[in-house]
Amino acid sequence: MLKLKFVIPLLLFVVLGMFLFVGLFRDPRVVPSPLIGKPAPVFALPSLQDASYPVDSKELLGQAWVLNVWGTWCGGCRQEHDTLLAIAEQGVVPMVGLNWKDDENLARQWLGQLGNPYAVVAVDREGRTAIDWGVYGAPETFLIGPDGTVLYKHIAPMTMDVWNREFLPRIEASRVNVGTRS
Amino acid sequence: MHRYLCAGLVALLLAFAGQSLAIDTEVAFDDPALQHRYETINRELRCLVCQNQTIADSNATLAQDLRREVREMIAAGSTDDEIRDFMIERYGDFVLYRPRMTAQNFLLWSAPVLLLLIAAAVLFRVVRRRAQETDLETEGPEAGQP
Repeated sequence: MLKLKFVIPLLLFVVLGMFLFVGLFRDPRVVPSPLIGKPAPVFALPSLQDASYPVDSKELLGQAWVLNVWGTWCGGCRQEHDTLLAIAEQGVVPMVGLNWKDDENLARQWLGQLGNPYAVVAVDREGRTAIDWGVYGAPETFLIGPDGTVLYKHIAPMTMDVWNREFLPRIEASRVNVGTRS
Repeated sequence: MHRYLCAGLVALLLAFAGQSLAIDTEVAFDDPALQHRYETINRELRCLVCQNQTIADSNATLAQDLRREVREMIAAGSTDDEIRDFMIERYGDFVLYRPRMTAQNFLLWSAPVLLLLIAAAVLFRVVRRRAQETDLETEGPEAGQP
């Protein structure tokens, strides 16, 4: 009985300590997205390359794809650009760009000078689509499954490590799922 | 003379200080009731770029966009709850400065009551045991002896 009296507070302390310890290493800037596992918000926006041709997210159904939110005003986007080019080179999934609240001329210039990793770039001048996707800081990169659900969201510049660890396995898994269903 | 000049300058600077603090200077609605709702909701929503500010406090572009969203939703006749749900669907519960009670954080919300109940139970047991001990002391065989 006496033992229990000492063990319980110690146990509580250890549990609390564990929570706080884990909290030390969590980045408060990374806010988990409530969209994961939910249907991706649809959009139909003008294309950066050809404003008369709209980018319709519904046309991407049936395949896994990546949505990368960027802007020329965003330093992290410049940082991740070479990685995006390398990923596009792999040709695993189409990468759609969402040009967020940007100057379209600057955006075209950026892609012309640095290279274009995107299959297509949708222009979100007013930032409404970005709000629908819960975007709060570029660069953000979403993975959308063939059935149109959001599978993953990466907040921060993309790295090859994140791509290999978080994106590729999920893309593989989504393909297997589609295969077994049909 | 100098002193008056200084005081005058300070007064002048203070007079402008309030204005420099106001972020969202334009009045969104002519109707004071709607304007009040607009300002109240803005003060409850977190600006996720600048996490320790509400969208009413911040001039980040995202905060401006979210204020625009709130303004348009109020104008379109949405209720406060609809606007909050709109934000939660997109940004999660973190967007609320006044967190809701959900299945995940139910334990956290009920923790004060639980701790109070545990403390009360412990207190009750301790008091009862002490009462028994003193009873034993007074009613023990030695107690009545001279």
